[in-house]
Amino acid sequence: MALRRSELEVGSVHEQVVVENLTRTQIVQYAGASGDYNPLHTDEVFATKVAGYPSVFAHGMLTMGLTGRMLTDYVGDGRLVRFGGRFRAQVWPGDDLTARAEITEITGENEVELVITTVNQDGAEVFTGTATARIDP
Amino acid sequence: MSSYEFPVEAGHIMMFARAVGDPNPIYSDAAYAATTEVGHVVAPPTFVQSSAQFDPDYSLRPRIGQAWFGSGKEPTGVQRAPGSGGGGTGLHAEQHFEYHRPLGPGEVLTPTLREGETWTKEGRRGGTMTFAENIVEYRDAAGELVVTARGVGVRTSKTVENG
Repeated sequence: MALRRSELEVGSVHEQVVVENLTRTQIVQYAGASGDYNPLHTDEVFATKVAGYPSVFAHGMLTMGLTGRMLTDYVGDGRLVRFGGRFRAQVWPGDDLTARAEITEITGENEVELVITTVNQDGAEVFTGTATARIDP
Repeated sequence: MSSYEFPVEAGHIMMFARAVGDPNPIYSDAAYAATTEVGHVVAPPTFVQSSAQFDPDYSLRPRIGQAWFGSGKEPTGVQRAPGSGGGGTGLHAEQHFEYHRPLGPGEVLTPTLREGETWTKEGRRGGTMTFAENIVEYRDAAGELVVTARGVGVRTSKTVENG
């Protein structure tokens, strides 16, 4: 379902919980699907004893992929023109993530500009970015 | 990254969508996908990152017969220079995608990598941070752009302390 221009305004928000209690298994599942087997994400022994982190942590691209679900649920499939952002903080096993999109501009070319923010259970930003999507007149 | 082909496969799209927790049937059900505006199974927005599976030179995949830096009998399978410790790691700082058209299974893309800018910054948490940009263009069999990806990696001089 695509967004309709007549139903949108600057400031419209869509928010979605994209993961609750992130598991190490889901991180491993992402490693297997993406091909990024960095042991920082998949190997607790390496992550703690060699790299000095408190535990394994999620690939930034898993956080962005989880955020992408919120975005395509909102703007529709095949409607994204651009999607990008920064990894602001690490995401750990056990985290809950909520992703949010806010419309900042509706252009004359029937596109919307969105600001994207994904936060953890403490409200800390883990991913922030922008997206552009095509909408219906 | 040497030149290689990235075959976009239906099973790979399904597994990728599962991994990012997305139950949208457009990623796994061809009959449903045929009824949608796009008209076919599509790849999720961040899917092209998994072209790493097909990159023969990708360094974060264990190689048959070669030592791997993850744990086995020991916490790491490779010797590190004295003093290098475990600190200092490469991390992904930014990722941006531009979509030129929807991507579906059955296509074969050719990714080409271009190095972008590099810069350094003094960080509070990770010591000196070195940033490096890379741009990957994913083109179809006709040579047309399907997705343009711009990534920024950061290398820190010590382990990032972060909660």
